[in-house]
Order: sequence, then structure tokens, then C-alpha cells
Amino acid sequence: MVPTGYYVILAAALFAVGALGVLIRRNLIVIFMAIELMLNAVNLAFVAFARQLGSSDGHVFVLFVMTVAAAEAAVGLAIIIAVVRNRESIFADQNALLRW
Amino acid sequence: METTADSIVRWIVIWPLLGVLGNLLIPRRSFVRLWAPAMVGLAFVTALVAVWRLWMLPPGAVLVDHVYRWMAVGNLHVNVDLSVDALSAVMVLVVTGVGCLIHVYSTGYMAEDRDVARYFTYLNLFTLSMLLLVLADNLPLLFVGWEGVGLCSYLLIGFWYEKTENASAGKKAFVVNRIGDACFLLGLFALFWGLGAQGTWTVAFRDIEASAAGLSPGLATVICLLLFAGATGKSAQLPLYVWLPDAMAGPTPVSALIHAATMVTAGVYLVARLHFLYAMAPVALEVVAIVGAATALLAATIAVAQTDIKRVLAYSTVSQLGYMFIACGVGAYASAIFHLMTHAFFKALLFLGAGSVIHGMGGEQDLRRMGGLQVRMPTTFVTMLAGCLAIAGVPPFAGFFSKDQILLRAYEWHPALWLAGVLGAGLTAYYMFRMFFLTFTGPSRATASVREHIHESPPSMRLPLVALAALAVVGGLVGLPEHWLWGDAFGAFLAPVLAGGHGGAAGAHSTGMGPGAAHGHAPEALLMLASVAAAGAGIGAAYLLYIRRPAERARLRARFPGLEQLLSHAYYVDELYEALIVRPVAALAGFAARVLDPRVIDACVNGLAQLTAALGGGWRRLQTGNVQHYALSLLLGAAAIVAYYAVP
Repeated sequence: MVPTGYYVILAAALFAVGALGVLIRRNLIVIFMAIELMLNAVNLAFVAFARQLGSSDGHVFVLFVMTVAAAEAAVGLAIIIAVVRNRESIFADQNALLRW
Repeated sequence: METTADSIVRWIVIWPLLGVLGNLLIPRRSFVRLWAPAMVGLAFVTALVAVWRLWMLPPGAVLVDHVYRWMAVGNLHVNVDLSVDALSAVMVLVVTGVGCLIHVYSTGYMAEDRDVARYFTYLNLFTLSMLLLVLADNLPLLFVGWEGVGLCSYLLIGFWYEKTENASAGKKAFVVNRIGDACFLLGLFALFWGLGAQGTWTVAFRDIEASAAGLSPGLATVICLLLFAGATGKSAQLPLYVWLPDAMAGPTPVSALIHAATMVTAGVYLVARLHFLYAMAPVALEVVAIVGAATALLAATIAVAQTDIKRVLAYSTVSQLGYMFIACGVGAYASAIFHLMTHAFFKALLFLGAGSVIHGMGGEQDLRRMGGLQVRMPTTFVTMLAGCLAIAGVPPFAGFFSKDQILLRAYEWHPALWLAGVLGAGLTAYYMFRMFFLTFTGPSRATASVREHIHESPPSMRLPLVALAALAVVGGLVGLPEHWLWGDAFGAFLAPVLAGGHGGAAGAHSTGMGPGAAHGHAPEALLMLASVAAAGAGIGAAYLLYIRRPAERARLRARFPGLEQLLSHAYYVDELYEALIVRPVAALAGFAARVLDPRVIDACVNGLAQLTAALGGGWRRLQTGNVQHYALSLLLGAAAIVAYYAVP
């Protein structure tokens, strides 16, 4: 069996990449993809621990997270479309309106 | 001292209070001119009933009315307690009686004034405060009345405030009074502190009297001097008398009531009320007597050269108050109150008469433009004559008996004091009859238009004049010298309260045996003769210079150049105060207003606001609007929390 640690490290790395993507990328769609990546990294960690502990709690939680991620993706993309239609810009830094 | 509870006392004060409320709620001329005098009239009747009840009790009795509990702090209880003893009985009858007459007079004098409602409101408020002052059973309540009369004095002096000089006069009166009030408060605190040090936490008069013996003479002297300083402010003595001549800017009935009969007597009342305290401080009594004598003489010399009819009377008031303080200083408290009463009668009479003259001459107040009113204003003529004879000390008018008692006791204390008093009496007779002759005799010096309209005053004004004239004639008969008829009935009435302070040859038990009192039994008859002679000399001199040989005046003016100017400008004391005190204080105030207030105080407050704004301006830069920056702070926060728990 592959040691659980490897999975966790991979999950952490994926999470870090996702977080970095959220912070650094300008394109709203890419930011969204990075958010999805973070969610999936967490899923991986859950599944790894579920396998190690022999419990199905982790698997159930992963199903929940996937469902929520799907719903969130739908809503988020709808918002992005609305923003782009009104502002004609897909870049996060150009949509910084609520500023001082 | 026997105290009897009697709730009628509060009614003496409640009537004027209702007067104030009524005048405020229904400010219509037709209402206030009936309501205001009626309320004071009711107060007078109530006072009569109260004094009657007091009279029926054995001597030394006191009617006490506990109205309500004002302050109860630890051991100190200060209540609104009113009391009537012999001393406050006299005061309350004078205040309500003369006050009622002046209210009636005012209905005539102020008949055409626009602000009648405001006038009567203030007048009733004044009556309320003055009654509170004389009926108070403890010092703080007395001070409430004290302040109240000061306020009403300000309001009424500056009644016609549209003219700046009237408003300034009111302001001057209030500020000068305030200086006295500050000293009063210091004295009150010192007394309270001194009594508290021996465990007596009280400020009621009877309690103070019982425990005053425990105070050290030094402290008692300080207290007495401070309270006397307060009295000099209220009663216009040296050095705080300067507001009274200016106060003539107010309506004449106001001058009669406040600045002749009642408010200015508050200082005398205070000293008399606290006589037991002054008995412990002979130094303070000496100061009182000397200040009184100096003021009496000084003011008399100034009155000699005044050309405004009201100013003559104002300085005369200052002078006569000086006599009352001489009496207090030598321990003759009953004589002081006696003169207070007779003075109230004839001074109010004189002021109201002057008001009648001013009214009849359409507003003229300058003596140089009067003359010849004898025929056209007969009632005013006769009553003013009675007043002048009374104040000059011509027997058997009121002023003679009261002034004589004071002069006798002054002589027993020190002949020099007596001499000052007699000189003042001579000057008094002179300047009063100078005023009288200039006003009523000889050809009229008024302009033609004024002369046409000279008329006698309406009955509402004449009636009080007649009543006061009657009092000025017979009012002195209650205090005759010892062996005449019923003797000093007035002094006997006051004796239980004022403990041995009445006029008479048996001055051995008086508390004021001062320097030079080697004469035990004073030559009474001789002194009486001297004062009558002084009065005669004064009247004679006035007659000579103003009726018989007017040309002499020009010769005197040539012989003593500058004297007339010095006196008519009151020794330039006002100018001196202006330069020494008013200008520096005004400069300080200006500095505070222009520099301290905007640049220091406002700077602190504004600075605080600006600091907040600056801080805010810094912090708000966090709000970039860029979602990714917010995500970064989320991440950092989460990392911090994890680190806190993960790092051992």
C-alpha cells in the first residue's frame, strides 16, 4: 500500500498551487479553476485518510464536497458572465470597484 | 429660643411665586397690572397675620416652617426652612408693605410701556427672592434669595435693554455684585468648615448661634470679613458701590424698591442676623464701622454735585447705608434695622416722588432744567418735602429718631465716628434740599414744550406717595429715646433676637465698646442738639445758595476750581476701576477668546478629530476592491490560526 503521507503531500501541493493560482492569476475563469483545484486537493486528502482509517466517513464527505463544488461552479460562472457582460473585462484587478 | 411650627409662613413666599407664574402664563397688560400688585398685597396680609401670631407668643419666639428637604448629605441637612422671628418680622413687613405700594405705583408709571408683563414678572420674582432671603432659616437658602435679588436687579436695571447704556449698567451691577458674592461664598465655606471641624454639620442660624463659640477668633474674623465683603457688594459700600449710581438707568419704581428699600438692605440684614458671629470678631466690627463711616461721608460729598435727580438719591442711598453699617459696627444692630426701616419709607418716597416729577415732565431728569413745579404738582411737592425733612433728620420726622440713635451709639464708641456721622448728616440735609429747591421752587427752567405738558401724576402714583409720606412722618415714633413716652419700643421688640443691641444711654452691655469710650453715659441731649443743628445748617446753606443768594455759587466755584468737577465725577473712581481692573480683565478675556479658545482648546478637540480622520485615512487603504487581495488576507489569517495550534 502506498503510504498515506504521499497522498497528503500531494494534496498539500495541489492545494498550494490552487491557492497561488487564486492569488496570482488575473483571468476570472482561471481563478475559478484554481478554486476547483483546491477543492479537489481537499477531496484527495479526505479519501486518503478514509482509506487509512478504514472508515467511510471520508468518502461521504467527499461526495458532499463534490456536490457543493458543482453547485458553486454553476452559480460562480453565472456571476462571471454577468460581470463580463456589464464590465466587458474578464480580469479581476479591473473589476475592483468597491475600493476607497 | 422657642420654636413654633406654623405653615402660614410659606404662604408669604407662595403668593409672589404665583404672581410670577400668572404673569408668565397670561402676559396681558390688563391682567398683570392687577395680578402682580394683588399677589404682593396678599403676601403683605399674610405677613401681617404671621407677625400677629408671633406677637401673641412670648418674646423670643420663632415661627418655623419646614417646607421641604433640599440636601441631605451625610450629616449635613440643608432644608428649605422658613422662619419668622422679630428681626425677619420687621424685614418681611417692610418688604411686602413697601413692595406692595411700589407695585401699585408701577401700574401708573409703566402704564404706557410696551413690556409691562415682563416688568411685573421680574418685579414679582424680585419680591419672591427678597422674601426668601429674609425668611430663610439657614445660610444657603439666604444665599439663594441673595442671588435671586441680584439677578432681578440685573434684569430690571437693564429693562429697557435696547439702549446699550442700560444693558451695560445692568451688567455692571451684576458683575460687581458677583465679586461680593464670591467673598460671601468663601465666608460661608469657611464657616461651614470651621463648624464641621468641631463636629457641627449645620448651617441653620439657630444651630450656628449655639455652636459659634467653638470657633477660633481668627477664623471668626476671617468669616465675618468675607461675609461683610459680600455685604459691601450687595449694599453698595466702599469699594463695591459703583454699580448703584449707574443702576438709575432702570425704571424709577425699580430704583425705589430694589435700590432703596429692599435689596441694598440685604447686607445690613446679613450682618444683623449673624451678630453673634461678629461679636466674636471685634476687628471685623471695627472694619464694618469704619467702612460704613467712610462710605457715608464720601457718598454725601459726591451727592452734593450731582445734576441728575436720581443720582442724587442713589448716592444718598449709599450714604445712608453707610450709617446702617456704622450702627452694626458699634453693636447697635437694632438701631441699624430701625434706620433700615425708616430709610425704606423715606427713600422709597423720594424715589417715587422723583419718578412722579420725571413722569410729569415727560422724561426730564436733569435738575438744571426743572424748577417751579410747586404749583403744577402739589401732591408730589408736599410728599417730597416730607421725604426731604425725614432724611435730613428734622424732628419729629422718621429719620431723626433712627439717625440719632446711631449717632449716640457711635459717639459712645469713638467721638471721631460721631463727627463723621454728623458731618454726613449736615451734607445730607444740604444736598437733599438743594435737590428739592432746584426741582420745585423758582421759575421753571424747562423748555417750552415740556413746560406746557407738566402735569400731576395719576392717583395710582399719588396714593403710594401719600402713604409713604405718612410713614415717613410717624414711622420714627416707635423708637423714641429712652425717657420719652414709651421709649424704644422698636428696640425692645428686637432685643430677644439682637441681644442687647438697642440705642440708649445704658450702653454698658453693648458689644461694641471701642476705643475712646471713656464717656460711659453720653451727653444725650447735647448730641441730639448737635444733629438737629447740623440738619438746620445744611438746610440753611441750601436755602442760601439756591434761593436767597444764587450768585454765591459762582463765587464758590471760582474760589474752589475743579472741586465741582471732581465731585460730580465721583472722584473719578469709575475711571480708576476701569483702568486698574476692567481693562486688564477685558484684555485677559480678549486673549482667552481670540487665542486660548481657538488655538488651544479648539485645537485639542479638532486635533483629536483630525487624528481619528488620519488614522482612518491610513487604514482604509486596505480596501482595494481587488478580491484577490482579500483572498490573500484570508489565507494569511488561516495560516496564522493553524500555526498557533500546530507550533508547540
